[in-house]
Order: sequence, then structure tokens, then C-alpha cells
Amino acid sequence: MSNMIEIRWHGRGGQGAKTASLLLADAAFNTGKYIQGFPEYGPERMGAPITAYNRISDTQIRIHSNIYEPDYVVVVDDTLLESVDVTAGLKKEGAIVINTTKDGEQLKKLLKGYEGKVYTIDARKVSMETLGKYFPNTPMLAAIVKVSGIMKEDEFVKDMEGSFKHKFAKKPEVIDGNMKALKMALEEVKQVS
Amino acid sequence: MKREQYTNSFSNIERAKIVDKNEQKGCVPNCAKKGEDTMSIRERLSGNEAAATAMKQINPDVVAAFPITPSTEIPQYFSTFVDNGMVDTEFIAVESEHSAMSACIGAEAAGARAMTATSANGLSLMWEMVYIASGMRLPIVMSLVNRAVSGPLNIHNDHSDAMGVRDSGWIMLFSETNQEAYDNLLMAHRIAENEKVQLPLMVCQDGFITSHSIENIELLEDEKVKEFVGEYHPKHYLLNAKEPMAMGPMDLQAFLFEHKYQQAEAMKNAKQVILDVAKDFEKMTGRSYGLFEEYKLEDADIAIVCMNSTAGTTKDVVDALREQGIKAGLLKVRVFRPFPAEEIAKALSHVKAVAVLDKADSLNGAGGALFTDVTSGMQTNNVTVPTASYIYGIGGRDTTSKEIESVFKDLMKDSKKDKIENPYRYLGLRKE
Repeated sequence: MSNMIEIRWHGRGGQGAKTASLLLADAAFNTGKYIQGFPEYGPERMGAPITAYNRISDTQIRIHSNIYEPDYVVVVDDTLLESVDVTAGLKKEGAIVINTTKDGEQLKKLLKGYEGKVYTIDARKVSMETLGKYFPNTPMLAAIVKVSGIMKEDEFVKDMEGSFKHKFAKKPEVIDGNMKALKMALEEVKQVS
Repeated sequence: MKREQYTNSFSNIERAKIVDKNEQKGCVPNCAKKGEDTMSIRERLSGNEAAATAMKQINPDVVAAFPITPSTEIPQYFSTFVDNGMVDTEFIAVESEHSAMSACIGAEAAGARAMTATSANGLSLMWEMVYIASGMRLPIVMSLVNRAVSGPLNIHNDHSDAMGVRDSGWIMLFSETNQEAYDNLLMAHRIAENEKVQLPLMVCQDGFITSHSIENIELLEDEKVKEFVGEYHPKHYLLNAKEPMAMGPMDLQAFLFEHKYQQAEAMKNAKQVILDVAKDFEKMTGRSYGLFEEYKLEDADIAIVCMNSTAGTTKDVVDALREQGIKAGLLKVRVFRPFPAEEIAKALSHVKAVAVLDKADSLNGAGGALFTDVTSGMQTNNVTVPTASYIYGIGGRDTTSKEIESVFKDLMKDSKKDKIENPYRYLGLRKE
């Protein structure tokens, strides 16, 4: 199972972290991988901290437990950095991707000395510029694909175009915006430490 | 062809793919193992989606259900299949689970094929009718998504719901994965409806852990399922005008005992029927099923016995320990009722120590239900292996690889002693 990648998502109820984890599972599935995508269900309500998980592997995934030592962590809402230990168990060879406008210095203090790579993206800006509304999950999905290298970017873009066409069959007007958000996010995500 | 809005509980992705025949050319021919016919459809579904898909392909005459977490999605998806005309099923949206089981009983008695789905307190509310279903020898099939029975209120996974009906005369199959939940449901009717059996059957899977996790699965084509499951032609049924009969009358001292004996005999017969159906299923899919699965058990020194999703985690731990030279093994119980006591005792006879993991506490101070069955089976079959009971995963407490490893480490110590000390143990329990 050395080839298995484990990802933990932190978000707030209503931001689509669970949906993003599912979309990631879908995209990886479409490239021929074995996948798991599951949320940790708690008392669900808008705004409450939620956790979701992905496992992606070239071989069958048999383990059925939450992820405690992830390779990657995605933080969809940076207000969680103050209340949730987002780097708990995160491998230092891995990375954390945060939706934030904070800089590397500010994040260092919040991440309790995490030694691995830190990436940021302003998903609000990407979302507002491309969709006109705040939906952070599409930019964050693109960011984690870029950072983790789970699949080739062009394969991912092509696959997502198909998914969006399918998903938004009744709302074709949002397909373009989501594709733009995806492509812009692939460019915007940057390493800050 | 109509397209359904196939929604997952945590997404709005349209999952019409799995039903749209035009897209079934996405079949991967090499994904099944060595079956006679290796065509299957590579998909990714949650356990609930897998169960609903199986029900759609089975296309039963009647489905009666009432929503309850975490099985709610099954009737939810199924009702969309009904609404979109993808099945011929009469869907009865009842006002309670007691009524759901009653409606299934009425439908089966009339001569129809009936299915339902529930969890935890839903099953509790059915309890009275659960016994009536088996007592009337009606081969109803239920998808039970295992969840803790309240109280205090908890919506997460354990096996207390299933354990509560273990003596009700239902065949009980447990499923490690979404794949097994799907496969077990496809085999269910042929087992339950067999003339030598005629008993209701429930297919269990772990609530949330598999029911709400999207994972890879291999589906069969609709036509193959239809052919495999076959049509239901009961010998005796209420709507047969040529054979007027009464069902479920009073049954007092003169006959109830004999009828219960017949149920027990039917349960014994089910064992061979389950194996026969599994053999046919393997021919079609390449996936083999027995009464239980032995994973690296043949030469094991220490072994864990468990059911459902924990078995997958245990397999990974077994492999890791084997790399360290520790001969660990797993016995995963698939058929819990009828209980394969003799076969399990035989399969464990060579190991030096066994841990039986129960995801429900019998609260009797003497170990969980599976533990009691396994040890009773060993005793009766003259197998003496030190065996410990572990209660774990209650109310959705996550069970990690490290915890499973700790059980094997305990067993290594136990295997060096003649007698097991403190046999009634807990795993993952906070002590402070």
C-alpha cells in the first residue's frame, strides 16, 4: 500500500468540502484508480467544522477507518486554523493546502510548527472572478490535484469538463464558470513555505 | 430512456451513468477474475447506492420502507427508480417500520416478491413483524444498514440492531464492502425462496463506514441479474384461487413446537443452498463466497474473527504482521445465521489463540454474541483454543489499524499460556 495517497479535508458545513472530496474521488476513479471518498458524519449543520477523507490507490483499498496520518490536508476555510488542529498527524513529506489570503509568516504561527510544505490559494477571489459567487470547493479541488500530482493536469481538466457537463446538464450556464475556476486555481495555487 | 437524478447524500452529482445502458460500453472486460463470463461494469458507488442498485436490478414486486438513518438513501434512490419507470415495483411509502414489515408480509403471503431496508430503531419497531415473517416462512429480503440501537440516541455504526434479531429465524449475511452488500443482495432471493429454505433474509453492511463511502465496485448488467435471480413462483400463496388457504392462524400446543422445528431445519438446509447459489454466482462473476472467508488463516498461529468492514482493516494488519514474520490470520463471518459452528470450529482448530470481535455488547458480562457462538461451536466440536472476546466500535467509535494490531499483540501473549486470562475485553474504550 505504499502507493496509497491519503487526504483529509477540513471545511465548514455548507462549503462543499464533502462534495469536493467526492469529486476528487470521481476524477481519480476516472483515471483508473481505486478510491474511497467519505465524510466523518457528526452533528451536521451549516457552519460547523466538518471533516472528509479520500484514499486513492493503484491497488484495492481494504482499510475502513478514518485517516490519522494523511499525506495531504486541504483547509477550505482558514478560520478553522484557530480552532481545529488541521496538521494533526500530517506527514512532513506531505503538504497542506489552505484557502486563505494570509502569508507564509502568518500561517507559520497558526500551523504549530508544521515542517512540511504549505500552499495557499485565494479561493474566494477565484470563485468570485469566475462564478460571481463564493463556492470554494471547485478551486480547492484543482489546488489539491495540482499539489498532490494525483493525476496529470490536462487529464484532470478534461475529465472535469465531462463531469460538469453531466452534473450541470440542467444549468449549462455554470459549466464555463466552473471550468474557468478550475483552470485559474491551477495557476493561482502557490507554495508559501 | 429516462435519466434519473441519482444523487448521493453528500453531493448533487448526477449518477445516471450506472443505469444508462448507452454508457455501459464503458465496461472493463478484465476487471472480474476468472469467471465464465468476465464482463462487468466498473463503477464507484456508496454502499447504499450499491444496495439500491441491486434492488433496481432485482426489480421486486413490492418495496415497503420507512426512512431511517443511515439506510434512508436506499428507499430514497429506489423511489426515484419507481418514479422514473425503471422498475415495475409497487413502492409503498408506509407510516412506520412496523407497517413496512407488515406490508412486506402481506405482499409475500399474496405471492409477490417483497423487499425493504432499515436500520437500528427502525428494525426495533419491526421486531414483532420480523418474527411473524419468518414464522410464516415468507422469503422477504431486507437490506439492514447496521447502526447502534438507542439509547442514548446514536446514529452511527455498530451491530446491536442485527444482534437483537439474531434468534428471529432470519438468514443473516454480513458484507465487508459495498461490493459484498451488492453481491449478497443479488444472491438473497435464490437462497430465501429455495423450497428447502423459505425463510426471510437480511443483508447487513456497516452504517456510514460502507453505506456512505464511495468506493470502486463491479456491477453486473441488468439482464444478467434478471436471469440469475429468476422469477418468483411460490408453491402456495394467498392469491391462488385454486388453492384457498389461511395464513398465520392460531398455532397452539399441538403444533407450534413442530413448526419451530421446521424453521430450524430450514435454517440448517440454508447452509448448503447458500453455498450452491454462491457457486453459480462465482461462475457468472468470478467472485467466490463461502459461509465465511479465511484470510491467511491456513497456517496462522493467531486469528481474529469479525464481521463486516472491520475485516478489511484486519486484512491490511494481517499483511503487515506477516511481513514481520508474525503468522496472523482472519476469519470473516459472512453467514451469521445459520451459524456455521462446526465449520468455524474446524477452521480455527489449529491456531494457538483467537480473538472474537463483537460490534455489539450483549451486556451480559460474558462476551458478545459472536464470541458466544464461536466458543460454543468450538466446545461442541471438541476444539480447545484459548479465545478472548473483544467488544469494539460501539456507537461508531472508529477502529484503527493500530487497535487491530494491538489485538494480535495480545494474542501473541495469550498463545504462550495454557489458559486465557481476562477473556472479556474491550477495544478502543476510553478508560479515563
